[in-house]
Amino acid sequence: MKKFDRERVLLAVAGPVIALAVAFALSAIVLLASGKSPVEPYALMFEQLSFSDIQVLIINQASMYYIAALAVAIGFRMNLFNIGVDGQYQLGAMLAAVVGAHVALPAGLQVPLLILTAVLTGAFWAGIAGVLKVTRGVSEVVATIMLNAIATSVIAYLWLPNVFGVKVGNNNTTGEMHESGWIPGIGMGAAGEIYGLVLLAVLLGIGYWIVLNRTRFGFDLRASGASQSAAAASGVDPKRMVLSAMLISGGIAGLAGLPILLGDTHTYSLNFPTGIGFLGIGIALLGRNSPVGIAFAALLWAWLDKASPELDFHGYDKEIAVIMQGLIVLSVVVSYEAVREWGLRRQQRRVGAELAAGHVLGNTDTTKEVAGR
Amino acid sequence: MTAVELAGITKRFPGVVANHDIHLSVRKGTVHALVGENGAGKSTLMKILYGMQKPDEGTIAVDGERVSFSSPADAIVRGIGMVHQHFMLADNLTVLENVVLGSEKLHGIGAKARRKIKELSERYGLDVKPDLLVEELGVAARQRVEILKVLYRGARTLILDEPTAVLVPQEVDALFANLRELRSEGLSVIFISHKLGEVLSVADEITVIRRGTTVGTAVPAETTPRQLAEMMVGSELPTPETAGSTVTDRPVVSVEKLRLAAPGGKALLDDISFTIHEGEILGIAGVEGNGQTELVDALIGLRPPDSGTIRLADEEITAWPTRRRREQGIGYIPEDRHRHGLLLEAPLWENRILGHVTEKPLAKGVWLDPKAAQEDTRRIVTKYDVRTPGIDVTAASLSGGNQQKLIVGREMSHKPRFLIAAHPTRGVDVGAQAAIWDHIREARREGLAVLLISADLDELIGLSDTLRVIYNGKLVADADPATITPEELGSAMTGAATGHLAHEETPETSQADAPESPEDEAR
Repeated sequence: MKKFDRERVLLAVAGPVIALAVAFALSAIVLLASGKSPVEPYALMFEQLSFSDIQVLIINQASMYYIAALAVAIGFRMNLFNIGVDGQYQLGAMLAAVVGAHVALPAGLQVPLLILTAVLTGAFWAGIAGVLKVTRGVSEVVATIMLNAIATSVIAYLWLPNVFGVKVGNNNTTGEMHESGWIPGIGMGAAGEIYGLVLLAVLLGIGYWIVLNRTRFGFDLRASGASQSAAAASGVDPKRMVLSAMLISGGIAGLAGLPILLGDTHTYSLNFPTGIGFLGIGIALLGRNSPVGIAFAALLWAWLDKASPELDFHGYDKEIAVIMQGLIVLSVVVSYEAVREWGLRRQQRRVGAELAAGHVLGNTDTTKEVAGR
Repeated sequence: MTAVELAGITKRFPGVVANHDIHLSVRKGTVHALVGENGAGKSTLMKILYGMQKPDEGTIAVDGERVSFSSPADAIVRGIGMVHQHFMLADNLTVLENVVLGSEKLHGIGAKARRKIKELSERYGLDVKPDLLVEELGVAARQRVEILKVLYRGARTLILDEPTAVLVPQEVDALFANLRELRSEGLSVIFISHKLGEVLSVADEITVIRRGTTVGTAVPAETTPRQLAEMMVGSELPTPETAGSTVTDRPVVSVEKLRLAAPGGKALLDDISFTIHEGEILGIAGVEGNGQTELVDALIGLRPPDSGTIRLADEEITAWPTRRRREQGIGYIPEDRHRHGLLLEAPLWENRILGHVTEKPLAKGVWLDPKAAQEDTRRIVTKYDVRTPGIDVTAASLSGGNQQKLIVGREMSHKPRFLIAAHPTRGVDVGAQAAIWDHIREARREGLAVLLISADLDELIGLSDTLRVIYNGKLVADADPATITPEELGSAMTGAATGHLAHEETPETSQADAPESPEDEAR
């Protein structure tokens, strides 16, 4: 039995390692092709890792990537593709900012209120796609993409001065939030502050694992993802499961912007980070939908983001990091599928071999299967 | 002159020998039937002949010349074509497009190809119209397109894998007429089947395969179905006969006037009524595709019926969702275990949970109890003799028979009141088959009601207390398993007989004759 466990670890690590190696190699080729050193940019970026202010930036950025990727992963686990995380988190952050600017409760109530606002907003926005899917059979991919576009317009509308907007110079904001809704960071001295809500990301990761692996609901969800037909025959109501998964995915997505909103900007403005939801898709893929894997992937992504600006100072284009992110996603898809099939075949062979050798669990009589089928 | 000769073919898969020392010789211009039980090794052998798998030992000769195939393309070049059980046609293309797809070099894709198709169609009486969309065609017509596709590629030897499984009786007759046409033109046909009546009526020669090896050949004119059946199952066949009746008068399941229509309005199930009592096994006989799947779906709650009621003991469960039905004691051994019974890439112990996630000992409240699930999986593995090195391996790495034993063990572990068993021993080796029968019988003694659906008529007759025949979505006939023979049941399955089937007391009547005038004792 030990053998199979070691095997599983090996398989879990092999996919990402192969993908990363291929992506690094391909990026090096891109650099070579543009007549530049294929090694130095990596050295520069690795060097950045040793600076404590960069480390803080990476962790802060990774926390948001992590939450967004968890939201995507929940969908993936049951074969739903929620591309709408981007719209869901932006809308969630915006409404939290609006509520935070207009409601002033003590911190003990204010923070939960803001979190709840973000969760409900995200869940509502994703829920629209969920309802469309279960009632009208609309593909959630199409619906969530469209909802992203609509979210952008809704945000632009809410920014109007006669709605909730406050103009600060040329910038659209939602006004400063009341201080009771600010979440203090963890001071790191000169290096800056780690957002307090990094802890929320950690808690969400733990919660994600527990719900999926230790609850009946999680089992039903995973069963639906693994085989829709088997899940239905086992008693899962497919429609209800689609709706629940979309609501949970959207609820988590709604939280993705909060670490920076409550920890730093305290307003939702034109400078608010965008695109985190799309990056979350690649991160969830690389992390194989596992809470630990996603954490590594989020940190890797944040490192590429935060270390690459340095390249500009040395005559390299920082876009090499973006190229690399793209290459990672591509190689991940290929290598995971290859490793998965290889692992499955390998296990089948090993099980056959073990059976042929007579290693049968709890077998008391010695008859062996001779010529079967 | 032999068209194809296989000698000493052996093929091993991990842990099992699928084919062992197989000899098969097909003469030119004949229909050669390859018969054997489900899982006897017929499909593996044909995959070898068609180049989809390489034999570990043995030789293949085509027209007297030794060949070695590494892909179906090699086999096609040598004039061997295969018509798969599941058609490989693109619905949204026309017949012409489907036929030329992949063989554009032969006769182009235009007028020349169309002429060739028409010519083949006429020569062999296939009645294929090149410009129809495949999605407009019925099953039988699609099959003829598949045959034409193979001929178009120049096949001189055709392999037909269980071609009649999807056809209604009239279509079977038409197919056989086509096959005779092919034969008269000097082509050879290898016809794979486990239906003895069909084999005897169409084949010139028969090779019987049992447990992975060829056990003999027969000539239809000198062979009775019984002799053939004995060759197929051998002497070691465990008889599925149940000792003594355990039927009580306490109804467990009552179905009344169940009706289920396809989206187009065609009735898939029509006026289905039956009652199964405690300790009773009700067997449903029928050619595949006559409503069995829909009946099972309606009973387990996957498809809501359009009208009619289903009762479990005293409660009406027609509107219950699947989960509630399972919690209340309906066990389910699905027809297609890969689609409906297992999570192939999940470990065995998670498969133990599937379908019973709300039940003890697998869950406490909303929480799963993996420890207890693993413990119970070990118990099932031991009690039901599931051959596996551990419970953490994926379900996909087990052989079909062992997967089935796991499913049976799982369903029996929750003490069902009513068990839906669809083909419970399909693709299972003889030993496991006997074990599964024993478990079903044991549960029946303890008062289990079983709905048994099977293509294996011996299994149906042997296990059932009551037999009903389903045809075109209707229960058209019933029979007493104590007296009925597989041949009589088989002919009723074609819709030739209705009402109560009484056994004819003249055992020497020719087997080809269907019981012409069954007593119309409407019940």
